[in-house]
Amino acid sequence: MAFIPHTEADVAAMLAAIGVARIEDLFDEVPAELRVKSLAGVPEALNEMEIGRLMSARARSDGIALSFLGAGAYEHHIPAAVWAITTRGEFYSAYTPYQAEASQGTLQLVYEFQSMIARLTGMEVANASMYDGASATAEAALMAVRANRKSKSARILVPLTLHPHYRRVAVAIAANQGVKFEELPYGAQEGITLPDALARYDKEDITALLVPYPNFFGRLEDVDALTDWAHARGILVIAVVNPTALALLKPPGEWGARGADIAVGEGQPLGVPLSSGGPYFGFMTTRMEYVRQMPGRIVGRTLDAAGKDGFTLTLQAREQHIRRAKATSNICTNQGLAVTAATIYLSLLGPQGLTRTAAAAHARARELVAALTRTPGVRPAFAGPYFHEAVLQLDRPVAPVLRALAGRGILGGLDLAGYYPELGNALLVCATETKTSADIDRYRSAMSEALQSVRAA
Amino acid sequence: MSNVPADLRYTKSHEWVRDLGDGTVEIGITDHAQHELGDLVFVEVPGAGRTVKADEPCAVVESVKAASDVYAPIAGEITAGNPKLAGEPEVVNADPYGEGWLMRLKPSPGALAAAALLSAAEYQKVLDTEGG
Amino acid sequence: MPVGEKVIFEYSRPGRGARDQWPQETPAAALSDLPAKLRRTRAPELPEVGELEVVRHFTRLSQLNFSIDTHFYPLGSCTMKYNPKACNQYAMLPEFLARHPLAPESHGQGLLACLYELQEMLKAVSGMEGVALSPMAGAQGEFAGVAMIRAYHRARGDLKRNEIIVPEAAHGTNPATATMCGCAVREIPVDREGDIDIEALKGAVGPQTAGIMLTNPSTLGVFERRIAEVARIVHDAGGLLYYDGANLNAILGMVRPGDMGFDVIHMNLHKTFSTPHGGGGPGAGAVGVGARLLPFLPIPVVGRDGECYRWLTEADLPQSIGRLSAFMGNAGVLLRAYIYMRMLGRDGMRQVGEYATLNANYLLRRLQDAGFDAAYPQRRASHEFIVTLKRQARDLNVTAMDFAKRLLDYGFHAPTTYFPLLVPECLLIEPTETETKDTLDAFVTAMIQIEKEAQQEPARVTTAPHTMPVRRLDDVRAARQLDLTWKPTAQP
Repeated sequence: MAFIPHTEADVAAMLAAIGVARIEDLFDEVPAELRVKSLAGVPEALNEMEIGRLMSARARSDGIALSFLGAGAYEHHIPAAVWAITTRGEFYSAYTPYQAEASQGTLQLVYEFQSMIARLTGMEVANASMYDGASATAEAALMAVRANRKSKSARILVPLTLHPHYRRVAVAIAANQGVKFEELPYGAQEGITLPDALARYDKEDITALLVPYPNFFGRLEDVDALTDWAHARGILVIAVVNPTALALLKPPGEWGARGADIAVGEGQPLGVPLSSGGPYFGFMTTRMEYVRQMPGRIVGRTLDAAGKDGFTLTLQAREQHIRRAKATSNICTNQGLAVTAATIYLSLLGPQGLTRTAAAAHARARELVAALTRTPGVRPAFAGPYFHEAVLQLDRPVAPVLRALAGRGILGGLDLAGYYPELGNALLVCATETKTSADIDRYRSAMSEALQSVRAA
Repeated sequence: MSNVPADLRYTKSHEWVRDLGDGTVEIGITDHAQHELGDLVFVEVPGAGRTVKADEPCAVVESVKAASDVYAPIAGEITAGNPKLAGEPEVVNADPYGEGWLMRLKPSPGALAAAALLSAAEYQKVLDTEGG
Repeated sequence: MPVGEKVIFEYSRPGRGARDQWPQETPAAALSDLPAKLRRTRAPELPEVGELEVVRHFTRLSQLNFSIDTHFYPLGSCTMKYNPKACNQYAMLPEFLARHPLAPESHGQGLLACLYELQEMLKAVSGMEGVALSPMAGAQGEFAGVAMIRAYHRARGDLKRNEIIVPEAAHGTNPATATMCGCAVREIPVDREGDIDIEALKGAVGPQTAGIMLTNPSTLGVFERRIAEVARIVHDAGGLLYYDGANLNAILGMVRPGDMGFDVIHMNLHKTFSTPHGGGGPGAGAVGVGARLLPFLPIPVVGRDGECYRWLTEADLPQSIGRLSAFMGNAGVLLRAYIYMRMLGRDGMRQVGEYATLNANYLLRRLQDAGFDAAYPQRRASHEFIVTLKRQARDLNVTAMDFAKRLLDYGFHAPTTYFPLLVPECLLIEPTETETKDTLDAFVTAMIQIEKEAQQEPARVTTAPHTMPVRRLDDVRAARQLDLTWKPTAQP
């Protein structure tokens, strides 16, 4: 019996104490016609050895390829200590820290996380996390609608350079509450949002502007100009940022004259493995003046009855378990283990380690782009600086090229045909500090062969 | 037993109204309300100049365990929100009918007379049925 | 237990670092293409500490926590059952961890097979026709469920159905979710036996009813005996039934929500299917639907074409409520749930329901025999039950909160307190099936002891806990004097 410790003697004693003859009798309030006859769709139990064999076989069949994929999830070195500590039972099997005195480990860790991520983004305050970068973006839009008292429209400007999945998630989550997302086009040569895209909104009532940084193409938007344009019109600025990039690039709190109002992003690059898309975590930071509009859990430091420092969940009156229908969000569980990993990761890397990681990623990406664009038939799609990923244009369809590369054990990047058909044969490639010059050369050589084989086909 | 001053008027949602005699009224939450909420940690009051309808939520009182809307008992124009409460929300607990006033309002013409406010005795009955 | 740790920033010394973890330094020339106006001017203010310091700090922090691995954790409505280590080990095989979410399906057939089979098993235990795995928590699953109900009505042109009915004892996420979906909330009462007030329900349904959100067993710990009638009333009025799966552990393998008449359900994989709570997540809120709602499932869903698995997306499900996650949800969590369900197998599912219910009823009986008051003494416990301490509060001036804090000193995590709001001074107690009879007996002994203390030495209880790393915390101060990030010169 999986994980059920009862002996026959236990069961007999317990039934006797309750005063029933069989466990079955405890279900006498359940109408008989509702009782399940058999769970045909569930196979027989496997013991641990058997499930281990099955999972190992499946993992082996999936294998590990040399990957140059980015597009919102990034491969970085994760120090061994990160998950060794994160999977300690005291972190792994603890619950949400509602009983603060029994959860000081988790609470202090989250306070440290809040402190680190607020500093990294240059903002004043953070929450304990959201599900992922995309849902954090949706929640930020809802928060901006609450927080921007001057605007009644609930119209949010969304650059097309924001990750396509993030845009879809924002609509799926926020549209039901009357938020209207309006798309901003990008410059075909530049791959960023240009001032003339904003011009038609000059005198409109707009609630917020989303600014991705880097954007989906890896390109760097003109964040100061965008921020100042928005603030001059009473529009809140929501930054959607890559946390590794922020070790090198100007953080949202320093954008324009006043800094962004809310910053969100995907925390996965900070010590969380790619793991097929999750669990990741979304981070959200903001100014103190908006803290009561921020959804999710927040940890605060306070004193205990003996005057000693301690940590507790605070500002809970905004949350679902108290405010119910008027809550800032329905979020309950967040992404605790992923946040634990990120906090340990940031502590191990520190400012120098994170800066070096960002710098190495950037250098590798430049090296990759240079190597691939030396190949005839491959050229950069956009002019201008990028961070750790870039769009290349091929002179033939991308999908068969990627298939050919995959056949050589290389995942070459993301085919943008389904997302940005106007870009033609476009491929989004990424390199981080995990790629060596030898890896890049191997890709270059495989790309050369792949292009030839596709031409020949 | 909570305090219910005889000279004020009340609503079922635990607000009190004091006629200031100069064409404006003062509004707050009752002793019962502040007791139910517990120690207040945050109070948000409306700004002067804002027009409100009767029963429109126009302020928020927040404790550790609850965050409640405060409803405008009468339609009118807000003349002032209590500036003290931003820094000292606990004043509402300590002195709900005095220093802990939330806002002052100039009722729309006829609104005060039309408002179905309760007398102290009627409000006390409400509390008695609620078990407060 | 250790007495406490400094905040990590306080260990920071300029120049310290875990250098083995840093990549080689990059020559400045390689960054020359980044314009100065986009560059950071100062390094981010992260702590500068060595690797051993980090390991020691976070290990010591972990030791300040209660957890299932260390303590009995009878939190009602949370299902704190053992998180099998095998689930973690095999979900974290290197190939699963290394896989990029956008890697081609040809390179993920092993993973997709696990997820597809998970969908099938969840359909089987819930009695539903389709399952989507992407919602990342119960609350997101709820959102998906209500959004699907709304989409269904709108697709039929029935635009007036905007109201969701919720019992007054419902979990706070339910009304919060309804609001997030743009619906109005109508609360209906439960009767004194803990069942929904059928007459109130009849009065509440109408052409404005989109649906009702229920859990069964309810948040009061008892089975909704007239569920068939509830389903009929709501369906006859044109509404749909949503099942909040938080309490699925009570009936796993015994009753299926689909058979009770529910049209859509979310399941908390981090409760019923034992994925780790992780100090606050990550969870997974898989949703299951009956035939009517199949077209609206959130994408992506795992599909099968012959021998091959693939992701079904917008093109396959044009009426989908959309994408709720950047990728496909919490894959690592889903793998853990898959492994757990394979280890339970067909018979194991039923045993979960049986033994969770046995443990709860045994614990309830022992507490009643010891003189504690059940909120619904005439009802069977499901997998959880409510004890009310309102008598103790009245006679001894000792509250449920005080009992909860004193239990910590006895080495037990407290049950859920003050939920549901309906029952005064309540403890919602859920032992789960993975606890031994001995542990339950020890808990009863502690409760008896605490009541004695409440009679003879009440201060011991009202000022508890005494043996934890901190005493009772001032949460009023925490909310009034917000200290949410560490500052170098911060003083409490």
